[in-house]
Amino acid sequence: MNDKLYRTILFIAALTIPIVCGGVVYALITDAYDAFEHFGFFRFLTSSEWSYTEGAEQYGALPFITGTLLTTLLALLFCIPFSLPVAFFVGEYFKGSRVASILSTVTDLLAGIPSIIYGLWGFYTLRPVIITLNISPQGSGILTASLVLAIMIVPYAASLSAEFIKMVPNDLKESAYSLGATRAEVVRKIIFPVAGSGIFSSYILAIGRALGETMTVTMLIGNTNNIPTSITSTGNSMASIIANQFGEADGLRLSSLIAIGLILFLITAVINMIGKMMIKRARIS
Amino acid sequence: MANQKIKHRLAKDKLMLWTICIFATLTAVPLFAILGEVLLRGYSQLSWSFFTEPTPTAYKAMKAIEAGEPIPGGIANGIVGTMIILSMAVVVAVPVGILCGTFLAENRKKRFAKIVSYLTDLVQGIPSVIIGIITYIWIVVPMKGYSAIAGSVALCIMMLPLIIRSTEETLKILPASLKEAGLALGGNKARVMMKVQLPAAFGGIFTGVLLAISRVIGETAPLMFTALGCSFIRWSINKPISAVPLLIWEFFNDPHLQELIWGASLFLLIFVLTLNLTAKYLAKKWNQ
Repeated sequence: MNDKLYRTILFIAALTIPIVCGGVVYALITDAYDAFEHFGFFRFLTSSEWSYTEGAEQYGALPFITGTLLTTLLALLFCIPFSLPVAFFVGEYFKGSRVASILSTVTDLLAGIPSIIYGLWGFYTLRPVIITLNISPQGSGILTASLVLAIMIVPYAASLSAEFIKMVPNDLKESAYSLGATRAEVVRKIIFPVAGSGIFSSYILAIGRALGETMTVTMLIGNTNNIPTSITSTGNSMASIIANQFGEADGLRLSSLIAIGLILFLITAVINMIGKMMIKRARIS
Repeated sequence: MANQKIKHRLAKDKLMLWTICIFATLTAVPLFAILGEVLLRGYSQLSWSFFTEPTPTAYKAMKAIEAGEPIPGGIANGIVGTMIILSMAVVVAVPVGILCGTFLAENRKKRFAKIVSYLTDLVQGIPSVIIGIITYIWIVVPMKGYSAIAGSVALCIMMLPLIIRSTEETLKILPASLKEAGLALGGNKARVMMKVQLPAAFGGIFTGVLLAISRVIGETAPLMFTALGCSFIRWSINKPISAVPLLIWEFFNDPHLQELIWGASLFLLIFVLTLNLTAKYLAKKWNQ
């Protein structure tokens, strides 16, 4: 094989990625166009109607945008008290030891469990608990979905944070110790400020994961199409309304669902981009 | 006074250590809770017929439950479907991914390679349900029907970025002297890549492929609007087909088939975690 042919083959293979990306954006925009044209872009974003009565169809994305943001933020909130200790356990306190490698294997395995199994587990194990605790009568809802979602994103946040915590230079820590600082003080006053932006960016990437999570949320959120009024009420996220209704939808409803998909795609793309940029910057400094 | 203050600081230090240890250990609880629950509720279904027969109708399952017998049938339609969809996806994604990763490793400084690298991250971040929509628009609509092909296109798109990344990363960390030695012996770039660099990078790429497979094998959302599902064993690639995660989704709420679903979950979980651990083990071994 000569060099020219070799380079051409590699180039063609590399073209697949831009083609896929372009195809994704093009297909989403052309198929979502109907919905945006019919309802208007901003009205579609801010309307909370979702009714498919023939002739008086009314679709708006607001309940689902709210649902997605609520579940994601709650999941983030629940995930921090666990992922941060894991990160410090693996990256600082027991760095390089056997227990640390066991714990990181455990979190890796958590990341490997398919989301449908998380959903099944949440549905049959966590939901009854929520019902018996009298938190909500039907057991499913924003809270239940976010709790399981939190477990799912712990591994992503923890492993990346640990990486940044490990990178904090030893001489910084040693000089603090030599001034008489305790370990807790070193963590709070040296490691946290130095690794902070890296830790922050790992949570941004975890948010990116949580936003698009489909099956778990669909099985646990309760699937109602109104704006959730409290964290125990049922709702729908952008991903879960698509999963629930895409198969049976056609015409304007299909287009509206694809429009929701487009919005979700844009949000996750922006969040991931911000996260990746911050990580790059944190690695350099 | 000073003594008090030091005691106070030391106590705080201890508290921090214990908080971290306790909360970090608590993170392991969900893993064992899930593994335990799936194992306990699923193992009784694992029998010969579980792997050889398709899912029973709800009526048959109900009759069996009433008679106190185990649910008849199994998930063979799902297993066959997953195998067909996955193998088609792997056959396309692995060579394309390796070539694309090689391109990125060879042209690090070029503008186009930087764009491709950036877009690879973008594709990796696309939520799986959107991959499902896209494949529906691209494949299902023009072909006028759900099919195994559509399902494998969806999984292929999900695998590509993972394989590209692992190929690129592995090629990047190979010592430059390896390539130089090959070139000095008179091989051209293509030959050196095929005979020296790629074989040397085999370990890393292989673990990347294993991890990519374990990632997509449990994916449900991209298959819902592409492969759709099918209640009997089917070997054709242009008709709707079932998959193990699709079966779980279809019947998870069905009181008669619940037990079967736990069995299917156990099967899926064992498969995914074994792949995962094997990949990690191989990565560690080849890195030494």
